[in-house]
Amino acid sequence: MNFFQFLLQNRTQVLELTLEHLWMVGVAIFFAVLIGIPLGILITRWPLLNKPILGSANIIQTIPSLALFGFLLPAPWIGARASRLAILALALYALLPLIRNTYVGIKGVDPSIVEAGRGMGMTNRQLLWLVQLPLALGVIIAGVRVATVISIGLATIAAAIGAGGLGEYIFRGLAMVNNQVILAGAIPAALMALLADVSLGWLEKRLSPVGMTGRHE
Amino acid sequence: MNPAIQFRDVSYRIGNTRELLHNLNLEIESGETLILLGRSGSGKTTTLKLINSLLLPTSGDITVNKRLTREWDVIQLRRTIGYVIQDVGLFPHFTVARNIGLVPEIEDWPEAKMQARIKELMHLVGLDPDIAARYPRELSGGQRQRVGVARALGADPPILLMDEPFGALDPITRAELQREFLALQQRLRKTVVFVTHDLREALLLGTRIALVEAGRLATILTPEEFVRSSDPQVAVYVNAFETTAPRGRA
Repeated sequence: MNFFQFLLQNRTQVLELTLEHLWMVGVAIFFAVLIGIPLGILITRWPLLNKPILGSANIIQTIPSLALFGFLLPAPWIGARASRLAILALALYALLPLIRNTYVGIKGVDPSIVEAGRGMGMTNRQLLWLVQLPLALGVIIAGVRVATVISIGLATIAAAIGAGGLGEYIFRGLAMVNNQVILAGAIPAALMALLADVSLGWLEKRLSPVGMTGRHE
Repeated sequence: MNPAIQFRDVSYRIGNTRELLHNLNLEIESGETLILLGRSGSGKTTTLKLINSLLLPTSGDITVNKRLTREWDVIQLRRTIGYVIQDVGLFPHFTVARNIGLVPEIEDWPEAKMQARIKELMHLVGLDPDIAARYPRELSGGQRQRVGVARALGADPPILLMDEPFGALDPITRAELQREFLALQQRLRKTVVFVTHDLREALLLGTRIALVEAGRLATILTPEEFVRSSDPQVAVYVNAFETTAPRGRA
């Protein structure tokens, strides 16, 4: 039985696991964006928080993923369901690129533009929403892109704690010493990562400030 | 006379060591164009930014329209003062029209009034209405600077701060904009504080010239007095200019 026959025979399960995978990553990125972007904005305003926040996000990145899944296991409510746990871990890993890119993006806005805005009497909020965020959007989306691609890869390990996703096939294949089964998990995951990379890359270009690129409305 | 802007014993220091401005006393009359003339790093721009509270004085008082700047609501203060800088600082993601209408926009003007104002301003600074939908990077340096001036005039502020607004332009465009500025100022009679290091520009545009040297106000003179002054600091400036200017000019 070759790889394609295997996929065809198990197509409902492959589809199910792919959707499960996508769901985990999607929810994790959703929450990471919800937390990471405001944190990134926060540290542009309060430089004192810069080191502790970026430092913590950095430390989280250094924890091996399997260990992080294990650490979170005893947590109440979260630990009760493997998928919750996986989502939390993925969201934690996604924080660093999101916080950092938001920070770098906002800090990278031409200071003369910010000063002009301030000099004309824009409030901090107006400056943020009308100037800094729009001009930083491309860089922020680049952070989402990196976070998403990393998450898709990492989510395969979530199968080790029974959270499902395409990692199921990878672990099963490893146990069975069957390359085709491993590939049935690995190839769709790789394709998903590639697809996410390309589509978010496109979005990144689309959302980069109009006046900065060659695009016209 | 009633000064629109007043500096009383104003010093500005960074940390404990670098003093950028020392004990400045200065009165700027309503409707005049006061030039702050001086070399790079003399404290001209610092003086300008103290007026709209982009910088806060280490000591001393600054009064704008009879109210101390530290008693003003800083946002309100800045919205009564137009601000033009050398790098223009146009918002690259806004069209020309939206850049010009920025202050009316953040002041929540009704749409129709705002559009009318944008049209009026574009006409005032000599911008072709056809470029309203363009982005700043599609403009020439001269057009960008006109947009910068129009934006500063957005909500018709009584005071205009201009920080070397024509410094980055080619000589021909600069001369053109200087002439237009004079004509504009004749009509509008704003209180203008204009920073430059170019003596020719200072003599052409100013009603009075304040020479700033190393964070201190050296002297304030009218352009006529300035060229005739025997003050050594003024003479240094005038001589430097004359030796670099081509013969038969100035």
